[in-house]
Amino acid sequence: MSQFTSSFWDFYIGVISVVSILACGVLLLAQSKRHVAGGQAETTGHTWDEDLGEYNNPLPRWWMWLFWITIVFSLVYLALYPGLGSYAGYWKWTQVGQLERENAQANAQFGPLYEKFAGQEVAQLAKSPAALAIGQKLFLNNCAQCHASDAAGSASFPNLTDIEWLWGGTPEAIKTSIAEGRLGIMPPWGTVLGEQGVKDAAHYVMSLSGMPADSIRVARGKELFAKTCIACHGPEGKGNPAMGAPNLTDNVWLHGRSESQIVQTIAKGRTDQMPAHKDLLSPSRIHLLTAYVYSLSQPQK
Amino acid sequence: MNDAPGGLVEQSLYEVRKTIHPRAVHGWFAAWRWALVWATQLVFYCTPWLQWNGRQALHFDIVHRKFYIFGLVFWPQDIIYLTVLLIISALSLFLFTAIAGRLWCGFACPQTVYTEIFLWIEEKIEGDRAARMRLDAAPLGARKAGLKAAKHGAWIAFALWTGFTFVGYVTPIRELWQEVLTLSTGPWETFWVLFYGFATYGNAGWMREQVCKYMCPYARFQSAMFDKDTLIITYDRERGEPRGKGEGKGHCVDCSICVQVCPTGIDIRNGLQYECIGCAACIDGCDQVMDKVGFPKGLIRYSTTHAMEQKLTRAQMFKRAFRPRVLLYSAILWAIIIAAGVSLWQRVPLKVDVIRDRAAIAREVGDDEIENVYRLQIMNTTEQPRVYEIRVSGLHDIHVAGAQRVEVDGATAHMVPMKVRVHVEREHLRPGTYPVEFRVSAVGVPGESVREKSVFIVR
Repeated sequence: MSQFTSSFWDFYIGVISVVSILACGVLLLAQSKRHVAGGQAETTGHTWDEDLGEYNNPLPRWWMWLFWITIVFSLVYLALYPGLGSYAGYWKWTQVGQLERENAQANAQFGPLYEKFAGQEVAQLAKSPAALAIGQKLFLNNCAQCHASDAAGSASFPNLTDIEWLWGGTPEAIKTSIAEGRLGIMPPWGTVLGEQGVKDAAHYVMSLSGMPADSIRVARGKELFAKTCIACHGPEGKGNPAMGAPNLTDNVWLHGRSESQIVQTIAKGRTDQMPAHKDLLSPSRIHLLTAYVYSLSQPQK
Repeated sequence: MNDAPGGLVEQSLYEVRKTIHPRAVHGWFAAWRWALVWATQLVFYCTPWLQWNGRQALHFDIVHRKFYIFGLVFWPQDIIYLTVLLIISALSLFLFTAIAGRLWCGFACPQTVYTEIFLWIEEKIEGDRAARMRLDAAPLGARKAGLKAAKHGAWIAFALWTGFTFVGYVTPIRELWQEVLTLSTGPWETFWVLFYGFATYGNAGWMREQVCKYMCPYARFQSAMFDKDTLIITYDRERGEPRGKGEGKGHCVDCSICVQVCPTGIDIRNGLQYECIGCAACIDGCDQVMDKVGFPKGLIRYSTTHAMEQKLTRAQMFKRAFRPRVLLYSAILWAIIIAAGVSLWQRVPLKVDVIRDRAAIAREVGDDEIENVYRLQIMNTTEQPRVYEIRVSGLHDIHVAGAQRVEVDGATAHMVPMKVRVHVEREHLRPGTYPVEFRVSAVGVPGESVREKSVFIVR
């Protein structure tokens, strides 16, 4: 009721509710008897369609008690639950309170399922089918929307099943990525390098992972790379997991392998965000997710 | 009623219910009712104990959403069959009511059936109608208290067994019996045994005709299916009046047997009334009296409004049963029954849902392939494990990457992630969506095969 600026409306609603309920009781009392002229008690006196009479068939007494029970129920309800204006009710019930209670119940019920794995090492859990089954369900519910249900990613969403990692593939790095999120930024270089410069840099980058490239542009690009790109991607283009700078010498292309996509990446830059999940998932769930994701890139036995 | 000023009488619009003690009756229709009591109750109380394939033959496993009916396993996706069953029930009600009034109410409705059983118990313990009325009027003494306690004890025991049987359709009844013996039933099982037992005891013991008069919606809307050729229980006024014995009187000897046997406490001689549940107890009662006094049977009988008005013969009256309304109901009913039968016969015990990964639109694999990811929900609705082969078609060179076979246990669902690849030469496959079709077939079981449509996206 806080949306009302005046407490008048609280009283207005409360009074109308209580008066209506009491009026139902008065109506019930007033209508439970009637006065008829003696000897005419067989029919109600109503006539429809010329000759259709209505017998007076009294309802059973217990039926009237049902009406009284509803009246008592509504008064008890209004005393216990919020309903009379801003009065919170004896039990102080709220929707949020109920949600929290049910969440607490669910955590008490299902928490132990997750907790029993919390003490084990990620590398160990990655070999436990029971832990991985739970991890996969968590993944399908929370991660598959972007990383796909087989965890192999999609354009702009990294593949989690290969051995190449933007931010590192150790259990600790994976856990940080899930819990804290990551923000990877490639700044735009279009204005700095110019159109031809961008294209030269792109060809050099393509040559790093063994793709066919124009050798003149590669030579020019190499100089540009040494001036501009090595700060993040390193002198050999191997990247830097500390800032999420990708390795440019492997054959993994987050935003596409074609020349035009690479040119776009260099000229316009890229901003990719992995959202933080520590407020959404409990630590023991994140622990299991970490184990599942970690297991995906481990060599199959 | 109390006198009030002004010559008016005060009248309450509510009254204390007057207990009805129907007199026991024997005859053709009573025998039919007992036959239906036995038929319906043998089915109800016995079928949960039957076994089939090492499980309960009729088991509604609500917890796991599986509904076992002899050889068939229904899943929630089969809700259409429940719908069809309800439509068949409704049309049957229309048909039988159009032909012969409230047949269902009088002979097969659980309210009637359980009331009949409870009345039988009551008669065995407290005696016949007259004895019961005397007992009710008598002051409370040791004998009355003993008889009432015995009656309610027997009723409650029977009602609890009914509640137990009801829950036995949901929890396997043999397990439930062990739980009952060790007092270890779960909270919901306990609740439903007691609730269904209480409903049986309350409705058949205490509420009786009030359920039909004040609560039941079917009782009310069945009147809308009556017409003037509907068979109803009719008092032959012309033959019966004036009532009484002796010269110049009609055949009705005014013995009031028809009123005494009526479970809803009405006098059928006042004509068709909404309380009449069509149980035909008054026909049996009257026929016995007619036999004794030497008049032909059938003073109260099944007849129709038209037959009474137009003095039709029995043959003419029954011929009117084949009127357009009845024929139409019958035609629709048979059409639906046959369609449902054929559909059940041809039902493939396998269900597949294809769920395409929404966000991961399409990915490049290697230099020349495009991959889409799907999740296949494969539901094996047989009770044996199956190996399913998954194929995909719709595009040139489309194929499933990785394992194409998956094993699914009996009566379980399995979620299978599935990568589908297409070999592309860019010029030939432009960006867009392409319809594809998955085909899932059980290996070695011909006919167990399902096709499911989806799309493949190229970008």
